[in-house]
Amino acid sequence: MAPLSGTGANPLRDPADRRLPRIAGPSGLVIFGVTGDLSRKKLMPAVYDLANRGLLPPGFSLVGFARREWANEDFAQEVHDAVKEHARTPFREEVWQQLIQGMRFVQGTFDDDDAFERLRETIEELDKAQGTGGNFAFYLSVPPSAFPVVIQQLKKHGLADQTSDSWRRAVIEKPFGHDLESAKELNAIVHEVFAPDQVFRIDHYLGKETVQNILALRFANQMFEPIWNRSFVDHVQITMAEDIGIGGRAGYYDGIGAARDVIQNHLLQLMALTAMEEPASFDADALAAEKTKVLGGVRLPKDLGRDTVRGQYAAGWQGGEKVIGYLEEDGIDRNSKTDTYAAIKLGIDNRRWAGVPFYLRTGKRLGRRVTEIAVVFQRAPHSPFDTTATEELGQNAVVIRVQPDEGVTVRFGSKVPGTSMEIRDVSMDFAYGESFTESSPEAYERLILDVLLGDSNLFPRTEEVELSWEILDPIEDYWEKNGRPAQYPAGTWGPVEADQMLQRDGRSWRRP
Amino acid sequence: MKIDLTDTTASKINKALVQGRRAIGTPAVGMVLTLVIVTDEEDAYDALKAANDASREHPSRTLVVIRRVSRSPRDRTSSRLDAEVRVGADAGTGETVVLRLYGEVSDHAQSVVLPLLLPDAPVVVWWPVGAPRDPAKDPLGALGQRRVTDSYSTEKPIDELRARAESYEPGDTDLAWARITPWRSVLAAALDQVSCEVISAEVTGEEFNPSVELLAMWLADRLHVHVRRGVSAGPGLTGVQLETTCGPIALHRPDGAMATLALQGQPDRAVALKRRETSELIAEELRRLDPDDTYASALRFGVDRLGGSPPSVPRIPAPASSAVSAPSLSVSDSAASSGPLSERADPVASPARSSAPALPPASPSSSGDDDGDRPSPAQMPPVKKAATK
Repeated sequence: MAPLSGTGANPLRDPADRRLPRIAGPSGLVIFGVTGDLSRKKLMPAVYDLANRGLLPPGFSLVGFARREWANEDFAQEVHDAVKEHARTPFREEVWQQLIQGMRFVQGTFDDDDAFERLRETIEELDKAQGTGGNFAFYLSVPPSAFPVVIQQLKKHGLADQTSDSWRRAVIEKPFGHDLESAKELNAIVHEVFAPDQVFRIDHYLGKETVQNILALRFANQMFEPIWNRSFVDHVQITMAEDIGIGGRAGYYDGIGAARDVIQNHLLQLMALTAMEEPASFDADALAAEKTKVLGGVRLPKDLGRDTVRGQYAAGWQGGEKVIGYLEEDGIDRNSKTDTYAAIKLGIDNRRWAGVPFYLRTGKRLGRRVTEIAVVFQRAPHSPFDTTATEELGQNAVVIRVQPDEGVTVRFGSKVPGTSMEIRDVSMDFAYGESFTESSPEAYERLILDVLLGDSNLFPRTEEVELSWEILDPIEDYWEKNGRPAQYPAGTWGPVEADQMLQRDGRSWRRP
Repeated sequence: MKIDLTDTTASKINKALVQGRRAIGTPAVGMVLTLVIVTDEEDAYDALKAANDASREHPSRTLVVIRRVSRSPRDRTSSRLDAEVRVGADAGTGETVVLRLYGEVSDHAQSVVLPLLLPDAPVVVWWPVGAPRDPAKDPLGALGQRRVTDSYSTEKPIDELRARAESYEPGDTDLAWARITPWRSVLAAALDQVSCEVISAEVTGEEFNPSVELLAMWLADRLHVHVRRGVSAGPGLTGVQLETTCGPIALHRPDGAMATLALQGQPDRAVALKRRETSELIAEELRRLDPDDTYASALRFGVDRLGGSPPSVPRIPAPASSAVSAPSLSVSDSAASSGPLSERADPVASPARSSAPALPPASPSSSGDDDGDRPSPAQMPPVKKAATK
């Protein structure tokens, strides 16, 4: 994954010189929907953190585009406040002074031609004043309905045209459509204006250190990969649980639901990384090829009613707080069939994984906020100890804790001290917080830097998005036509039906 | 918590460490390395503070070795080891043992340190002041995979750099080198933006600051051009100027915090280049524990091959003399303030220029391929004199 800058003949660059960080070349970032939550809480702090770590080029420019009537100074003030509140690294005045010189705000709506003309002028002005060299990334932090308008406007005003020595890139956030057909439409719209390799789809999970560590854990070590297959693995559980409800996102969430919101992108990507074969190299093409192979090999359960479960949270107590049920939330139809919990069982048709079920589950208002991948191993084929000795022994497991408390846990049996032979589960723990405190960058920092460098390792591609919809669409169809979501009390680990789904297989969900 | 041990031994210290961990309820150790700080009483506090701050990024066991000066012959015959064991909140994110060595045992510090090293974890030895001439051969230095010196803290930094080059072993590194990482990355980024060849360079900074020499040597080593060392009032490094085929590239930092990057034909750009705290430097050193070949190569370029003659002076045929030694270093601050870039075409300096590697200017552009042919630092003979060609 050679960074774009740094290729060619720069004599000051040396692969052996590992102190020198990858710095993006001259460039700027344009954020549409800059007044939104994501922008304030994640994007602006990430830009500052990158600058603070010396990873942004001198003259880096940040352009905000939104409807609000702001002058450049108001925008800078807004960024300043967002950075002070949310940035990971300490606030340093000189870094701020460097950033503020390249900050601009363009006021307008997405259908306002004048505003896009002003945006073009702003970019040209920045090329002159800040030396951004015509390299700009457009970050579309906007509702999906606004995608086509913005993309078309960019094209109409020549903002997407790259010359031979400059680039223009588009960064888009999930959802990438709501089914296969809409995803294809969206891809067609975006690719009409931007070349496929200039489109970056943000799945912020892939920017997390722990997710990248899956690859290190599996392929840099000798002790995990030999048992990472159907001969030793009993099943895999991938969980992403949230303790919050839908909050103010009713308009977005109703009709989409947990499966489309989370399983289609985050969980299937985590599954692909967990199950894929070793890529030939760690470059974007090789990685995408392996992930695509796994996603293409996914087999849906024969009986969708038996091996999928969806639910809706009902009123209950969540961590000592009384909360309302999904159907009582503001702006939700009382008869809504939208799922706030989804659990599915998938298989992968290849030699490594045939017969090993992958259980994926996600939900809102569950016990606590946690994301983890648990690879659960088979029991020892023969035990020299009698059954009373091993009564409390569970199955061995390797658990990758994606968030919070990032790390890896290995669970195995150990003798309880004492005169009798008694074996019980113990866990061995690696925590990021313990071994490399504080240095883990935020996912958005990594991803924004990768966009500016043109490094597409950590971004799902068109094919991956479409394959994911092919997996999810039949399930959504089935749910649409059959039954209603099961209800589960808020603050628990999901509906009873989900527990029964695993019980039928003789297994049970881990309590994460 | 803190446990004080007087007239003790390494095994008693080990016991105290286990006892301390038990007492605070965290028997598991997640520490990634052992950091040995060899210092005197005077500098111990600052060094330990920096190490504790750095330990937030690298939880470590920190062993501070303080050799106490014995004032009378009678004291020198009696030998004693005192230790202060700190775990938990008193010791950053790891464990700290402060060892005070009196009398004869201070000559055998390695015998105290060896049993206290973490199993299976790398060892870093850091001398905030008073590093030995040959760190790798030092009994304590020999325990470490990585030996960190700080030539900035020495009386004669230039001599120190010469000595470092002579005694270099893989794993040696210097905080004066870590100090210039941000400068190097901005310069590398600046060259990413243009496709020109560098003709010559000048690095300006405080007189007794070895970082200036290291940056100059790095540029000379990588670019194969003549690099001049200029003197300014500081603080620290103040500027780098690269003359290229498409105009000058200048990085100028007058105030120790904000720098300006100027490229021909492009607008000036502000770059934050703040001078960093020791804890940040140590954290950077600990981030990578493999030998720093780039440092070795820059160091071995030889501080005596840096010149003082500006490139605009026509090349004078060099007398085959070897009596050249960094002329510009003798320039006083007052002369420098009249203009650090002012030409001082003293004849003594010109041999230095001619002694710079006589590679044609075209070569840097192909260095991407050439890198394989470059001798690795281990193969390169240390360069001691300028005109040895």
